[in-house]
Amino acid sequence: MITTIRGQNLLSLHDVSREAIVEVLDTAESFVEVHRRTVKKVPALKGRVVASLFFEESTRTRLSFETAAKRLSADVLSLAVASSSVKKGESLRDTIATIDALGLDAVVLRHRSSGAAEQVSRFVPHVRVINAGDGLHQHPTQGLLDAFTIRQVLAERRGITPSDTGATLFDGLHILIVGDILHSRVARSDVDAYVTLGAQVRVAAPGTLLPVDIATWPVEVVDDFDEALEWADVIGLLRLQNERGTGSFVPSLREFTTTFGLTAARARRLRPETLLMHPGPINRGVELDSVVADLPAAIIERQVSNGVPIRMAVLYLTVAGVTSEVA
Amino acid sequence: MAAVIVRNGLVVGPESATVADVLVVDGVIVAVGEGLDAPSRSREVDATGCWVGPGLVDLHTHLREPGGESAETIESGSRAAAVGGFTAVVAMPNTEPALDNVALVTYVLDQGSRALVDVAVAGAITLGRQGERLAPMAELAALGVRLFSDDGTGVQDAAVMRRALSYARPLGIRLAQHCEDTNLAAGGSMNEGALSSRLGLVGRPAAAEEIMVARDIELVRLTGAPLHFLHLSTARSLAAVGAARDEGLPVTAEVAPHHFTLDESACENYDAHYKVNPPLRSRDDVAAVRASLVNGWADAVATDHAPHAAELKDLPFDEAPAGMLGLEHAASLTFEALGSSSADPIRFFALLSRSPARIASLRHGDARVRHSGHGGAVVAGEDANLVVFDPSARWRASRDRLQSLAYNTPYDGRELEGRVRTTIVRGDVVVDEGVLA
Repeated sequence: MITTIRGQNLLSLHDVSREAIVEVLDTAESFVEVHRRTVKKVPALKGRVVASLFFEESTRTRLSFETAAKRLSADVLSLAVASSSVKKGESLRDTIATIDALGLDAVVLRHRSSGAAEQVSRFVPHVRVINAGDGLHQHPTQGLLDAFTIRQVLAERRGITPSDTGATLFDGLHILIVGDILHSRVARSDVDAYVTLGAQVRVAAPGTLLPVDIATWPVEVVDDFDEALEWADVIGLLRLQNERGTGSFVPSLREFTTTFGLTAARARRLRPETLLMHPGPINRGVELDSVVADLPAAIIERQVSNGVPIRMAVLYLTVAGVTSEVA
Repeated sequence: MAAVIVRNGLVVGPESATVADVLVVDGVIVAVGEGLDAPSRSREVDATGCWVGPGLVDLHTHLREPGGESAETIESGSRAAAVGGFTAVVAMPNTEPALDNVALVTYVLDQGSRALVDVAVAGAITLGRQGERLAPMAELAALGVRLFSDDGTGVQDAAVMRRALSYARPLGIRLAQHCEDTNLAAGGSMNEGALSSRLGLVGRPAAAEEIMVARDIELVRLTGAPLHFLHLSTARSLAAVGAARDEGLPVTAEVAPHHFTLDESACENYDAHYKVNPPLRSRDDVAAVRASLVNGWADAVATDHAPHAAELKDLPFDEAPAGMLGLEHAASLTFEALGSSSADPIRFFALLSRSPARIASLRHGDARVRHSGHGGAVVAGEDANLVVFDPSARWRASRDRLQSLAYNTPYDGRELEGRVRTTIVRGDVVVDEGVLA
């Protein structure tokens, strides 16, 4: 069990403790304030070098990691290779070694292969590795920012400061995760974060998009989707990942939308306070209706903007690694 | 006249074992007994405390030549075999190109005839191992090829497999199947289960293997042709083949050391050295494979020695090729699985020499394919393919001390019990004290 990510790699949320998660959320809260300043920079990682390696396409994750690193005054080396390292003719190991030769403190890695971040951490044990999404495995900063966003919105509604609440706002919170659980690294990280923080989690998906071992997950599989929508305080929709061949797991996108999509008709049954989340990019009209995505209860854009403070917190804690003022 | 006398070892026959000397002259065992007189200038091998048995026979070796010479060659693979106590190996046909015609098989047999151990060839069942059209099995059988397989994958189409069995039966050859339904196992890189799900790796379910085993048992029933099941890895596969054998169907089965030594948890850190097909299975399956060594469900231990260039095993787990080295540690791992100090030497040689020699039709020498006889009793008149195995040895496996060109052993650093001390091929001591002569 990881009790703090200070000075550690962040590869997965699977073994990260509640205290460690709360520490990241609280640290991120302190960075939100930086965002409101005219000069949106702190010197916390001045002189440190962060490489951002994206071997798979990404817009928001990459931008928010690089923005986060720059706001911490780190030097950022950015390499986007939206194709397999093998096809490029250079192995992941060699690519990492090449970049490491430039003097690295941290690597932010997105890769289509599960476990790539862990492998890189073995190639460069002296460098902190932050997993920005590996295959079907984990996307820990997405799990953290989703938890951060939920806590922030619930605290605002009560007029309290999020960092005073620890994990208490998650106690017994009803969170429903809908869609392609099987192929989703976001689902794995979200479930780990939410359950660790004390929430009750249910999942709703067609039988083909549930992992084989779902019975061993600390979640409940929903029988009646419509009933679960009423139960939920928070609904996390997942992307139907057509690029991973998910299309053949359901008879048609239309049928998926009919059975598990958040259509306008279904949205009318939601309690008004129920939060709607989506890690993006959205397939409008598939997982959720366009109208629904624009409802006030949808906090999808908030998730995006919270990506920066969460990633600042993760970079700061893993790379700086010591307790000190944020400046 | 070249003579070797192996002194004072426990000579392990098919039914009993007794301490004796074994005298070899000009490649043939000429006498077995106590206190034998040896000709002057005989080479003496002291086997006190050791087992002396027929040289080991590997039914399942990937020598990678032609096409994969950066990972292994026939020459380097035969050195690894000799160090591992093997006096004969069956080279699998999934080379580049596949061994599906007379010219290629002749090439491998020619290279093999210059190698340290006898190299037999398994021919492909279908052209290019594509699973569509039959390879020229009769022509290859005429060369002396006795075992055929599309190993790497199995023949997926049941009608093609049925045709292959029917074609093979009158030729007196044996087919060997890699049982995995490629559709069910598609994209998979480890055993399917809770661990693969947590790691985000697509799984290869046990059912992918079991379905094909069940299908092929029915095809054996339909055609009457013998079939050998390669590297079975699940309890249900082994039970199914065991039941078919009890019914009298002509089926045989091998198991691989990694499937009775390592379980799926080895994949936990995404180290591709533990990636293999069929995959490392659950703990229960590993226990069942181990049990099959003694309950008779498995006929043979075969290594599935699969060399890969080092850079390929550094790839991400899902992109890395499947397969691990096996020749140099198989004897020790089998000895351990049989209970180490309580291991039955008769069973040990049945699994690693006598049954595989019978399945591969290597029991008697065949001049056409230039191999000698293997897996026999240790008696006068037999070809002198022998191994001296020290059951009290303790040693540590190391990737830096392999004869194989490749390094992809999953056993690096592992403490092992029992060790091949001497390997004698056609009367020549090719390995002594565990090192190449």
